[in-house]
Amino acid sequence: MELGPYLILGLLEGLVTAAVLSLMALGLSLVFGVMRVVNVAHGEFFMVGAVLAWWIAGAVGGHPALGFLAALLLAPPLTAGLAMLADQLVLKRIGYDPERTIVATIGLLYVIQQITLMTYGPDARPVEAPFNQRLSIPFVEWTPEGLSMYWPWGLGTTSYKLAVIAAAVILLTAIWLLMTRTRYGLLMRATQLDRETAQAFAIPVGRVYASVFGLGAGLAALGGVLIVPIQQAHYLMGHDPLLLSFIVVIIGGLGSLPGTVVAALLIGVSDGMISVFFSPTLAKIIATLAVAFVLIFRPQGLFGKRAL
Amino acid sequence: MLKVTGLSSGYQGAQVLHEISFSVEAGEIVCLLGRNGAGKSTCLKTIMGLIRASSGRVECNGVEVSRLPANEVPRHGIGYIPQGRRLFSELTVAENLEIGLMVNRKDHAFREQVLEMFPRLRERLNQRADTLSGGEQQMLATGRALCINPSVLLLDEPTEGLQPSMIEQIRQAVTAMRDRGVAILLVEQRVDAVLSIADRVVFLENGRSHQPIKATALRDNPDLLHRFVGV
Repeated sequence: MELGPYLILGLLEGLVTAAVLSLMALGLSLVFGVMRVVNVAHGEFFMVGAVLAWWIAGAVGGHPALGFLAALLLAPPLTAGLAMLADQLVLKRIGYDPERTIVATIGLLYVIQQITLMTYGPDARPVEAPFNQRLSIPFVEWTPEGLSMYWPWGLGTTSYKLAVIAAAVILLTAIWLLMTRTRYGLLMRATQLDRETAQAFAIPVGRVYASVFGLGAGLAALGGVLIVPIQQAHYLMGHDPLLLSFIVVIIGGLGSLPGTVVAALLIGVSDGMISVFFSPTLAKIIATLAVAFVLIFRPQGLFGKRAL
Repeated sequence: MLKVTGLSSGYQGAQVLHEISFSVEAGEIVCLLGRNGAGKSTCLKTIMGLIRASSGRVECNGVEVSRLPANEVPRHGIGYIPQGRRLFSELTVAENLEIGLMVNRKDHAFREQVLEMFPRLRERLNQRADTLSGGEQQMLATGRALCINPSVLLLDEPTEGLQPSMIEQIRQAVTAMRDRGVAILLVEQRVDAVLSIADRVVFLENGRSHQPIKATALRDNPDLLHRFVGV
């Protein structure tokens, strides 16, 4: 296979990574942007989404599409509920203090992880994709007769992976509309900008915080549900996406939603490309180096605002 | 309308207010005067519930609000214009007003009344708050507070850093609100502005309040001004 088809293959794999990563990083960014909480347990909500998807899909049975649809509808709100409970039981009680919430969410990470290990077990388990047709992708080449199309061996994807990319685009658009066009979005943005003044205008900051923490966790869980037919559910599966999400959020600019999406695309696509041509480990090394460069030369991130 | 009785509060163990008491009646402007650090802004924040009162009561229209969560206080008709305006900087003018309208579920017809008072805001409805001039920002802060249809209005140094023409506009808006029967509690550093607008003055000294004095009496007694505010 020539270089071109490999590039397309890397791009497609990268777009799937970027799709899931953008949902997860958006949740992390929302939580930090509105609540100023660095949620170290965010990866566990991704894992809980995937594990719940396995439970729900198994419980529903029948056609894989039925189970997957049930998981897609139930796992994110259940995870959001768990996060809101954690907000009320832990974060609210320590006054959302930035330093103490880091320690508290590290604790939360281990509690969720160990409870999952005790109940779900150490095995990695798959969820069947609702549809998974293999799609070959054509490529063009120059021949003495001019441009001609051919089907390179190995250049292809699945209908499910394309659906994951489309779902992420739809969900990101929905979140953008929620933030910019709804009353709830206005309350979230006002709380993000000035918590004290928000209270002076009757905004229930506590309820906004709980719902944002739930929304962030729900987005991570959505990412987990979408990825579980591609990557099996496992109690340690939240670590890598958490690292990548922090990389995305730092590069995009803490609290910047457009920055998060752009950085997720950059990191996701470069991850896909480097993984195809070299190795996934090298992709992670380069992403981590990119964070180091951003922190040195543009600490506020690509779209973030410099702290005064 | 607004009755403060024996109110004490402070920050993390440091008491700032010591059992202060005063009241503001409907259609009256009462001004809190005092040196820097006397507790004027702390007093307004405590009334709004943004700082917890350690003792004492705040009543608005006969309802005790000092034990309510901060976000419940404005629903009882207390509007607040904080020091430095504290606009939601990245929101547009329309969105800032919308936040005010949501407090007591006022519709956009009510917003029109505010825009009639400050026509400059109408021209800038879709502009971000942080791109407005200082005077326009003060108009927006005032308009946002008026959008809750307050019966009591708390203003913390509304003329700070404004040019004279803007100060006059803000003064007119405040007197218009008074004439509509709103009880106004004003914190202001500019003594000339206070004397021209206030009905009564309450002096704060080291977090303690003194008996209210009629502004007319104060004009004839510069010694008091010298004692409490150093002018």
